[in-house]
Amino acid sequence: MTPSASLAPAAAGQPAAGADPALSAVGVTMAFGGMRAVDEMSLSLGRGEMVALIGPNGAGKTTMFNLVAGSLRPTSGRILIGSADVTGEGPTRRIRRGVGRTFQIPRPFAEMSVLENVLVGAQSQTGEGIWANFLAPRRVAAEERAAIEKARALLEFVTLSHLELEPARVLSGGQRKLLELARVLMADPDVLLLDEPAAGVNPALLDLLIDRIVALNGAGKTILLIEHNMDMVARLCSRAVVMAAGRLLAEGTPDAVAADPAVIAAYLGDAP
Amino acid sequence: MIDILSYGFFFLTMALTYGIVCLGLNVQWGQTGLFNVGIAGFVAVGAYVSSLLTTPESASHLGGFGLPIAVGWVGAALATALVTFLIGALTIRLRADYLAIATFGAAVSIQLCVLNFQPVTGGPFGVGFIPRPFAALAGRPFLFGAANLALIAAVVAVLYLALERLAQSPWGRALKAIREDETAAQALGKSAVAFRLQAFALGGAIMGLAGAAQAHFIGFIAPDNYQPTLTFQVWAMLIVGGSGNNRGAILGSVVVWGIWALSAALISAVVPADQQARAASLQIVTIGVALCAILLWRPRGLIGEARVGARHLLRPAAPRKAPTPSGEN
Repeated sequence: MTPSASLAPAAAGQPAAGADPALSAVGVTMAFGGMRAVDEMSLSLGRGEMVALIGPNGAGKTTMFNLVAGSLRPTSGRILIGSADVTGEGPTRRIRRGVGRTFQIPRPFAEMSVLENVLVGAQSQTGEGIWANFLAPRRVAAEERAAIEKARALLEFVTLSHLELEPARVLSGGQRKLLELARVLMADPDVLLLDEPAAGVNPALLDLLIDRIVALNGAGKTILLIEHNMDMVARLCSRAVVMAAGRLLAEGTPDAVAADPAVIAAYLGDAP
Repeated sequence: MIDILSYGFFFLTMALTYGIVCLGLNVQWGQTGLFNVGIAGFVAVGAYVSSLLTTPESASHLGGFGLPIAVGWVGAALATALVTFLIGALTIRLRADYLAIATFGAAVSIQLCVLNFQPVTGGPFGVGFIPRPFAALAGRPFLFGAANLALIAAVVAVLYLALERLAQSPWGRALKAIREDETAAQALGKSAVAFRLQAFALGGAIMGLAGAAQAHFIGFIAPDNYQPTLTFQVWAMLIVGGSGNNRGAILGSVVVWGIWALSAALISAVVPADQQARAASLQIVTIGVALCAILLWRPRGLIGEARVGARHLLRPAAPRKAPTPSGEN
């Protein structure tokens, strides 16, 4: 299923969290030595929901994100995908369970072409086995052709088609963000974790990016994003979760949390 | 004329056996970024396994088992793959420079085992009477040389084609992605440890096969053949030829082996006989100078890494209608 073929209009009413969460963190703590970057934090994403994780610098957002994505293992607490406990599983396993992430600072495979970058996102290809390339070359080739078609559709979706044969190092910061998005979409994740997708993206690309994120959510993807731009949060998300000093500070609609005195105090530097 | 050609055959055959080692290193370093400084050890394993499997029975070492040469070569590749896999399983999680130290240690250990485990390996006396391919032609040096060259060239060609196919496959792509950015590759579901271990063992198998081919071409092996100098030579070959490029690996082995042979000839012609053993070190110096020259003028080697795409990418994209994502205002 290619996204360009399956973009239904954005659903108006998004399901609330709780009933059947796609992803949840339960009482998660991450201590680095004596420093608790994340402290007894809980978070739940309903299926098809788009939630923003916000908070001042140093609040523990990216650490929380890395815990959910599997690149960090929590000191205590549990991470669940659907009803499966994945606390002990690394990022490689999580994407196979349908949870994909992008990085705050994009990490393109610099010397590989833009198209190859996207192809790396393909999951469980027969040709990833050494012997299959000699024993089942037709099947490998057929899968590869299908993967290339899908990768090209994704590049079209993020408007990078004209650059498909360029090495990824030539891309601008904003284009790298788009490439990361296409790359993770190649894995068909149900849940997308987007770390500051708009950071460093120029205004023209930003509209496109927002548009694409809305389209993905409309197509049924559950999305958690870290974002500093409250305007963008208000445009995209029905719910915002505010962290400060590693803890949950507030939760609610973007407008409500933006008006919350505790949130304002945290952003202005008062310890909550 | 015939003499020159015969020497040419001999030279190329030798160079191409190094080419095989170099292809193995290219899988490990060029494609995957694994800093293996224990090449000599893996080549030694292949050489000894094949020799013991194929030599006639002897009191001075284990076996021999008198098996056909082909069995020896396959056995060498499999045994070396196993040894490399086991060493890799212990060390592959180490960061680049630590992996280098670990593999160097492994190679030195292997060499010392070979030297001291006399009942099995023959110790310092080595293994002799290793059957040579096309032994029936030994009386006709020209034909014998040509046949051996053809055999080794065929092995190189088959390996080249197979490795090119792998480099352009999803397997090769995953290796490249892991080499470029391990964190990102893992986030996309590519297990860095599993792929690295596969590449390490595959490279080891190829090195073992090369060791076997060399042993059978020369007919005699001894622990001294597998000193760190061998590792250094193969690294120089890959860097001169072009790391990450299989054709570069083959070209580099011919060029560097050429420099090696030429400098040996020069030394024996110029240096007085009583100083020649000492002057032989100049060969290593020559290779070192060549390496510096390449790094200064062509840092990517004679043939740099090709932009490898998927094999089906060469066809242009079919024209496609612009996407019409809905959900816009």
